[in-house]
Amino acid sequence: MALYSEKVMDHFLHPRNVGVIEDANAVGEVGNAKCGDIMKMYMKIENDTICDVKFETFGCGSAIASSSMATEMIKGKPVADAMKLTNKAVTEALDGLPAHKIHCSVLAEEAIRSALEDYRRRRENSGE
Amino acid sequence: MDIYADHAATTAMSPAAIKAMTRCMQEEYGNPSSLYRIGQRAKETLEKAREEIAAVIHADPGEIFFTSGGSESDNQAIRTAAMAGKRKGKNHIISSAFEHHAVLHTLDRLKAEGFEVTLLDVHENGIVHPEELEAAIRPETCLVTIMYANNEIGTIQPVSEIGKICREHGVVFHTDAVQAVGALAIDVQAENIDMLSASAHKFHGPKGVGFLYARRSIQLVPLISGGAQEKGKRAGTENLPGIVGMAAALKESAAERKTEAARLAELRDLLISGLNEIPHSALNGDAERRLPGNVNFCFEGIEGESLLLLLDEKGISASSGSACTSGSLDPSHVLLAIGRVHDVAHGSLRLTLGRENTREHVEYMISAVKDVVAYLRSFSPVWRDLESGKTPHLL
Repeated sequence: MALYSEKVMDHFLHPRNVGVIEDANAVGEVGNAKCGDIMKMYMKIENDTICDVKFETFGCGSAIASSSMATEMIKGKPVADAMKLTNKAVTEALDGLPAHKIHCSVLAEEAIRSALEDYRRRRENSGE
Repeated sequence: MDIYADHAATTAMSPAAIKAMTRCMQEEYGNPSSLYRIGQRAKETLEKAREEIAAVIHADPGEIFFTSGGSESDNQAIRTAAMAGKRKGKNHIISSAFEHHAVLHTLDRLKAEGFEVTLLDVHENGIVHPEELEAAIRPETCLVTIMYANNEIGTIQPVSEIGKICREHGVVFHTDAVQAVGALAIDVQAENIDMLSASAHKFHGPKGVGFLYARRSIQLVPLISGGAQEKGKRAGTENLPGIVGMAAALKESAAERKTEAARLAELRDLLISGLNEIPHSALNGDAERRLPGNVNFCFEGIEGESLLLLLDEKGISASSGSACTSGSLDPSHVLLAIGRVHDVAHGSLRLTLGRENTREHVEYMISAVKDVVAYLRSFSPVWRDLESGKTPHLL
C-alpha cells in the first residue's frame, strides 16, 4: 500500500491555487519552520465571497496536498461557509491521511481561519 | 530512469549470494546440531561461512557469533559489557551523540537500570575527538561504544585511535560497524576492536542476518536463552541460508572493495560538487572522512519529505532526516548533533551510492535535485522570507 491516497498524490503533484495574491485583503500564516510545516493563505474577498485564494506551503506531501484541497473547497464560497470548513472535511476530501499526518489538515483549517480573522480585523480597522 | 540511491538503508542482493543461498536451501536442509551426516554437512557449511567472515575482518572464526542483524548485535555487545562492568562495580559508558538508535535506546535502558552514560560531541564535521574520549574515561568506565561510520552522514570515526586509547585504559571497545563492513578495510586486531556489529543486508547480503565479533577474552551474555548454538551465546537453530548468503556477499564485497571504493568516491565527489551549486545548501559531515558512497545535504527553505516524493516521481529512491520521514516531531538526531537547527534539518537529503550506480545516474540526480529544490522553493513561505531578508539565511 502506498503511503498516500491517489487524491493526496494528485494534489501534491499538481497543487491547485499555488502562489501569491498581490492585492489580497486577507492573509493568514500558521505553523512554524521548527516543526517542519508552514502554511500561508492569501485571499481576495469581495461582498463576503472568496473570489480568489492562493497558498504557499513549506512542508511535507500531505501539507501541500491539504493546502491545495482546502483552497479548492473554499474558492468562490461565502466567508461564512469557509469559516465552517473543518480539517475532517479536508481529510475526507483527500480520501484520508495517515494518522500521523492529520495535523496537516488541521493546519489547513487554521490557515483559512487565520486569513479570515485577518479579513475581519482589516474591516474593523477600516471602520466598515 | 530508475535509480536506487539509498544503499545506506539496504542494498540489492548480490547474485552470488542468492546462488549460494538457493543451493543451501535446496541441499543443506539439515540442522547443524544433528549428528547424522546431513546435519554435519550443514555444520561444515556453517563453519566455512564463519571462517570466511572472520578472515575479512582479521578475526578468529571462534570470535564470530551469528545474529539476526545489526540491532541484535549492538544490544548484545552493549549488554555484555554493561553486565561485566556491573559485576566489577563499574557503571559508566561512553558513546557518541549520533549513534544508531539500536545503541542509543539500549543505553537509555541501561540508564534506567542505574548506568551513567556520557555522549561525546561529534562536532560540526560529524567526527568524535579522541582526546575528548580519553578525557571522558573514568575508573568506573566499562564500555566505549562508538560507531565505525555514521549511517546518515557517512562520517568515518577515528577507530584506530579510539581502540588504542581504550586498550591503554583497559576499557572494552565496541563499534557499530553496520555501515562500514564491506565498504571499508577493517582489521579488529590492528584497530584494537573488542566487539563489532555488522548486518548482511548493508553489503548486498540477505536481510535478517548479521554477526557480532567478540574478542576471545569477552564472555558474551546471551539475549536469547535456549539451545547451545553459537557456543551457548545465541540460542536458536542457525539461519543457515542467511549466514551462507552473508558470507558470499561479504567475500565478494571484500574482493572488489578497493576498486569499488575508489569508483564510488569519485561519483560521490561529483555528486557533492553538483549539489553544491544549489544556492543556500550545505553538505552534512566531513567532506573527506566519509563513506565512499555517502552524500548528505541540507537545503534551506524546503522540507525533506516533499523532496523525496518528487524525486521518487523522477525515479530516484533517496532518504531524508526530516521529521515527517522519521515518524516523530523532531528531525534527525544526527543532523541536530552536528549543529544543524531544526528548520534546516527538515530540508535534508541523503543519497547513498552503491554497486549499480553510474556516472549517468549521478548526472541525472544532480539535475533532478536542482529542479525539485527550485520548484519547492518557488512556493515556500520560508524561502520567501529568507530571500526577502525577513529572516537571515543560515546556509
